[in-house]
Amino acid sequence: MTNRFQNYSIRQIHNGIKNEEFTSEEYVSYIIDRIEKKDEKINAFITVDKEKALENAKNIDKKIRDKEKIGILAGVVMGIKDNISTIDLKTTCASLMLSDYYPPYDATVVKRLKENGVIIIGKLNMDEFGMGSTTEYSIIGPTKNPWNLDYVAGGSSGGSAASVASGECTASLGSDTGGSVRCPASFCSVVGLKPTYGLVSRYGLVSYANSLEQIGPVGRSVSDVSTLLKIISGYDEKDNTTISSDYTEYDDLDLKETDQIISDLNKNKPFKIGLLQDLTNKADKEVSQYVYRSIDLLKENHLECDETDINSTEYALPSYYTIASAEASSNLARYDNIRYGFELNPEGYEWNSYYSDSRSRFGSEVKRRIFVGTYVLSSGYYGKYYMKAQKAKSMIKHELKTLFQEYDILVLPTVPILPFKIGEKIDDPLKMYLTDIYTVIANLAGIPAISLPVGFSGGLPVGIQLMADEFKEKNLLAVSTILERMVNIKKYADVF
Amino acid sequence: MSKVRIGLEIHCQLTQLKSKLFCSCIANYRNRDPNTNICPVCYGLPGSLPVLNKKAIEYACMIAIALGCDMPKNLTFARKNYFYPDLPKNFQITQYDSPGSDNNTCIGKSGKLEYISDKTVRIKRIQLEEDPGRLVHEIPASQSGGNSLAYTLIDYNRAGVALVEIVTEPDFNDPKEVRLFLNKITSILEYLNVCNTNLEGSVRCDANVSIGAGKKVEIKNVGSFKDVEKALSYEITRQKTMGLHEIEVKGETRHWDDKRKITKQSRSKEEEEDYRYFPEPDIPIIKIENEFILNLSSKMPELPDQRRKRFIENYQLSEHVSEVLINHKEIADLFEKAVKIYQSPKSISNWIVSDLMGFIDYESLEGKPLNEIIKIDEKHIAELARLVDENKINRTVAKKILTQIVNSGEMPTRIIDRSELTKIGDSKTILEFIEQVFMSEKNAINDANKNPNVANFLLGKVMQKTKGNIDPKKALEIIKKKLEEHK
Repeated sequence: MTNRFQNYSIRQIHNGIKNEEFTSEEYVSYIIDRIEKKDEKINAFITVDKEKALENAKNIDKKIRDKEKIGILAGVVMGIKDNISTIDLKTTCASLMLSDYYPPYDATVVKRLKENGVIIIGKLNMDEFGMGSTTEYSIIGPTKNPWNLDYVAGGSSGGSAASVASGECTASLGSDTGGSVRCPASFCSVVGLKPTYGLVSRYGLVSYANSLEQIGPVGRSVSDVSTLLKIISGYDEKDNTTISSDYTEYDDLDLKETDQIISDLNKNKPFKIGLLQDLTNKADKEVSQYVYRSIDLLKENHLECDETDINSTEYALPSYYTIASAEASSNLARYDNIRYGFELNPEGYEWNSYYSDSRSRFGSEVKRRIFVGTYVLSSGYYGKYYMKAQKAKSMIKHELKTLFQEYDILVLPTVPILPFKIGEKIDDPLKMYLTDIYTVIANLAGIPAISLPVGFSGGLPVGIQLMADEFKEKNLLAVSTILERMVNIKKYADVF
Repeated sequence: MSKVRIGLEIHCQLTQLKSKLFCSCIANYRNRDPNTNICPVCYGLPGSLPVLNKKAIEYACMIAIALGCDMPKNLTFARKNYFYPDLPKNFQITQYDSPGSDNNTCIGKSGKLEYISDKTVRIKRIQLEEDPGRLVHEIPASQSGGNSLAYTLIDYNRAGVALVEIVTEPDFNDPKEVRLFLNKITSILEYLNVCNTNLEGSVRCDANVSIGAGKKVEIKNVGSFKDVEKALSYEITRQKTMGLHEIEVKGETRHWDDKRKITKQSRSKEEEEDYRYFPEPDIPIIKIENEFILNLSSKMPELPDQRRKRFIENYQLSEHVSEVLINHKEIADLFEKAVKIYQSPKSISNWIVSDLMGFIDYESLEGKPLNEIIKIDEKHIAELARLVDENKINRTVAKKILTQIVNSGEMPTRIIDRSELTKIGDSKTILEFIEQVFMSEKNAINDANKNPNVANFLLGKVMQKTKGNIDPKKALEIIKKKLEEHK
């Protein structure tokens, strides 16, 4: 049975509530109902906060009745990845270590969303501390792919993508350290963006690898993602790595004709798109065929496309895992259960034995990365691993910078393979890490990248990835909008 | 005898900052209930990020300039990773350049300081970092019999306070030199107005000692500067005694036992700790422009050495007097303020250096500002000096008055008005005393024609009789007059 609310965009919800076509309470009730029906199977939520969501909805409805002004996102119902701090709402990072942690503050992004009227419905499942590519490493168990429950949803923001695809919320926030927004977006047939490093405040995002990660929006349309980016981006005095200039003006792309968007892109100089041929050809055929098809569609729209390659990509994955693990080993040191965490009586312990007991409760993948990170930072190995990884990072960044002098957009698969079955790669970390091979590039280079659904293969979603130069989110979103209109793919899973 | 080498690591809090190094919690954490001066950042909550206090960079740079250090072009922070309960994040944000690298990213490097004439110490580096929290070890009273366990309380109020670490090369050969150097550093910090060195725990010092080719021993946990000297003397004696008995000195860390006044071996670590330093990703590189340094240098407060030179030139004070005055900023300030009221630098400096300083025990002053110990300010000193110079009172009386001021804070004139110490100023009273003396010293008076010293002799007698409470000039005048009459 279809519901009129399914697949509603942010604009539809906002206008519908504002024009009193329906109430915020009605929409939230629909979402709650949907979660109650679906989430038992999908397992996208760690925490659902029905009461607070309903209370907020009623407040919005009261404002409408009282003819008060409402925020531009009023009534939009969002889920937040469980590594983004929400005041008084449990934020567990899908870890036992924080299973009882209630943050006393809101992340800057959450604060901005709330200020604009967003209703937070709950916290979304993920790989523990963001470490994983499938959302299988979670204390509450894996999130299932809404298009086929035997398959992984991708990760680490699996809950963020699956909840949006299955209609359990309007849109969501994920975080992307090495592809954690784009991979699940690709696997679940939704749109996921990793912004330029420094565009979105990380204040309140539980750090995994500080120098690589960004919070990113996930939605069922490019326009929803664009609207959310507009709200969450921009300078934050609480995050010294945010940019101070203003890059946060985005067009209302959904209101523009395709021809207009194309002519805007070509305004100053001919707009040029580059297909990363080598990487595309190395992907599974089910995936690469869609990349080629997308390029054809863009060419049909008179956008200039040709083939190119990046030489330094072979260093991307090893340097990513080296840097990310190094930072993680230090970031996660604070979880000693002394100030917050879970129930473990310290009586009778000496410091070090308490530490080793409390810290033995991390999951296996997190432990693996802490070990690797500790190793690569140790004296005698630092130069051999960490320094080299940093050099590779600069090399990749430099090469992409050069490439972007010629191309405005680079196209490649998001993930070189189709979604795979739950449990299939869990015993082989190296195979698992290969899932990230095309997404880590943008994190190392600090550039924006988006995953866009372009088709299905054997009932499983396929996504392509677009990358642009730093702070060129505008171009990324514009080309995505054109492509989205051409492929017109299903982003709402009502299979189960 | 083998050469003693001593090096120091001094930690000083930038107490004059409003907020902590990476958050807006206030820097003055003292006298607060435990764990009330904290926020997500300094408490290390998940998701919090450090936000650099720019003023701290400015203050730390001032210290580096004052100690003649090379300044970095790119200032960076690093994480020092180790587990300890006073560290909320289990890493400390500090600064680090790997040994042997040419990189200079710390606040200062390769400085030097002449701490007394002809004694210079090289400053290895200066770095800016965050202070950890404070551990309070509670040992139950019933330790002997009861089953209750010892436990430790943690107070994070101090966590994140800006700390400047000053590391010297091992250039000291004697604990006394160390004391003089520490005095100098304290005075520089006071002059820069970056650290109130009187506050308990605001300046802390670790030391390392080696003798000859022996291993280096580090001494930690020394509570006060006074104890640094004691700890070093103890440690040198210990190492020398071991040498005499041909026992090898181990390279180790020892703690100063404040009660027993000895150094004790700390629990030894199997191997040297690996801190796994790496660049702090949450704080971007800070560019230190030449302009910033020039600008800062130009508006730096006057330093002790500059002030001493100025005192010698402007006030014509001796090298020694200037040195004593400038050593403590409060004293030098008192001097200059008093000179503004009464323009006689010589007598004011005399009063301060030879009399007032006797009332101040700087050793026991630790923890308290000067005006809590002595209730004296520039007005008192200026008035006292003027009264003496104008012969309203003599020095002996003035000294007694000074003792009273120090205790009561009363103005000198008020003390004079209501006390017996009043100088006998009116000629009539003086004349009475003189006549008494003339009566008893008839022989002397008869000698007066031959002996010109008789006048002074008589004056001495008069002074004796009045316990010095008369104006000697006036008295001498009268005596001479009376002797003339006798002729």
